[in-house]
Amino acid sequence: MPETTPRAFGFDTRAVHAGQRPDPYTGARAVPIFQTTSYVFEDAESAAAYFNLQEYGNTYARIMNPTVATFEERVASLEGGAGGVAFASGLAAQAAALFTMLQPGDHIVASGALYGGTVTQLKHLSRKLGLEVTFVDPDDITAWQRAVRDETKLLYGETIGNPGGNVLDIQAIADIAHASGAPLMVDNTFATPYLCRPIEFGADIVVHSATKFIGGHGTSIGGVVVESGTFNWANGRYPVVADPSPAYHGLAFYDTFGMYGYLMKLRSESLRDLGACMSPFNAFLFLLGLETLPLRMERHVANAVGVATFLQQHPTVESVRYAGLPGSKYSRLVEKYLPHGAGAVFAFDLRGGRAAGQRFIESLRLWSHLANVGDAKSLVIHPASTTHRQLSDDELVAAGIGGGTIRLSVGLETLDDLLWDLERGLAAASATRVDGVAAEVPA
Amino acid sequence: MTQVTQDGLVCALPDRSAAADVRKYQDALVIREILHTARTIAVVGLSSNVLRPSHFVGFYLQRHGYRIVPVNPNEREALGVQAYASLSDIPFHVDVVDVFRAPAFVPPIAAEAVRIGAGALWLQFGVISPEGAQIAEQGGLKVVVDRCMKVEHARHMGRMHWLGFNTGVVGSQRQSVL
Repeated sequence: MPETTPRAFGFDTRAVHAGQRPDPYTGARAVPIFQTTSYVFEDAESAAAYFNLQEYGNTYARIMNPTVATFEERVASLEGGAGGVAFASGLAAQAAALFTMLQPGDHIVASGALYGGTVTQLKHLSRKLGLEVTFVDPDDITAWQRAVRDETKLLYGETIGNPGGNVLDIQAIADIAHASGAPLMVDNTFATPYLCRPIEFGADIVVHSATKFIGGHGTSIGGVVVESGTFNWANGRYPVVADPSPAYHGLAFYDTFGMYGYLMKLRSESLRDLGACMSPFNAFLFLLGLETLPLRMERHVANAVGVATFLQQHPTVESVRYAGLPGSKYSRLVEKYLPHGAGAVFAFDLRGGRAAGQRFIESLRLWSHLANVGDAKSLVIHPASTTHRQLSDDELVAAGIGGGTIRLSVGLETLDDLLWDLERGLAAASATRVDGVAAEVPA
Repeated sequence: MTQVTQDGLVCALPDRSAAADVRKYQDALVIREILHTARTIAVVGLSSNVLRPSHFVGFYLQRHGYRIVPVNPNEREALGVQAYASLSDIPFHVDVVDVFRAPAFVPPIAAEAVRIGAGALWLQFGVISPEGAQIAEQGGLKVVVDRCMKVEHARHMGRMHWLGFNTGVVGSQRQSVL
């Protein structure tokens, strides 16, 4: 029977199906891994049409691959964007998103609470490519407004900050961006599209480190850029997107591809030139991750709430920076942007400074001490003795990191087991002994 | 080049940009019916310049088996086909009038499309003319506004899947061979 109206398929359905229809030749139900560098052309005319972008066709796997494309379309569907382009890592995705729209002399206003790797990248890019970046307090809307100037071409923040747990007022900042003719880009890694879809609140570009909750199992490095398709790149401020491209004989991407112009340029120029493509095998693993994203995020959030509540009530804990706790200063923003939960990565502060932090980490037996987040396994890191070790105490304070700050990524284990292990660690942290026997403190 | 009749299910695509009076002319099922049944497409404003969007779209649709008829008083031919100065000059039936002109020019084009008995009026990206759309609709034509015919063909019957675009097409039947 013919359909009479397009159906608005639910998020969970799209997490499993979007981007893939079974292969026409084999009927393979799982997404096939097209482990190939290149594709045989039907004829010379078709080859020319593909290279001229006159026809959608596979040319070379640095630029497109059917397995990777399935992943890109699935993320774009879940985020509610026009399309996606995948990259070898989250940082590669971010660099390419900037590379596609900016030119020397352009200015970025960015949250001062961005992931450290992002801050470093922005600082290096600005020095090497002649860009300027102003970092602002993400919680202060007037600071975003004040930082915008004539050359501002992008506003950039994270849905949930790392490790401070700031929640971005996406709609308010999108309004500031659009009033100045600039797009808002949001790193949605910590929320995932299951918890928040920034495009629905006015963001124009969403970037992800797929390495984290999208993959969900700590197996692969990858990233993806999604664009809404609704930003007007022909407003006179983005000649690198709107003007004729010398690399394609004068093709004007935005004029020719309309709402897909930015994405076409991102793929056929930035990905082509920077070369940081996602491998088909990694895309396959990310697709497996996406199929269970709604289920996993529900459990991640439930366990995170359980862990945060436990820590908040513990006498050895000074403070818990989880936006999902009642009374958090981000409660209003969580209600609006993260109604299904404030994610599963957050920091807390132990009494007793660096030494207590180290004793805590060394005493854990179930939580993994490593530098990643968004794994099925619960992860823990002590920034003052690892990722931020080179910083002075003053610099740590400026970064919102105390000597006793611990960052957690809450996994999918039995909640009671996670709390049991944390209790052991907290007992060791508050013990006066520093002889390594602390690990033997009974539960 | 490809004749595809087997489609997946269509998922509604989010679109913040379009006003309600434009969105009603973006029905995926109307779009599919036009793409499946059309044979002859008059492209108003088709340029012989290979870098123009109209040429991209005409080239693509011709490649996929549609008969493309250039309508442009400034061209003698485009895509290897004779051009006509106006829709009224075309001596055979036209299924779709696909428009690459500024919105101000659309109402008379729509009226002409009604007069020649065309089956559908299709206004490309940015060619937003509620007045023109209404004229065509009242004349019994199917109407699509602010959508690209190439993109929609690739979305529903072609290879748009291969470039990571959100096609909104979902389903568990085997795809047709592309």
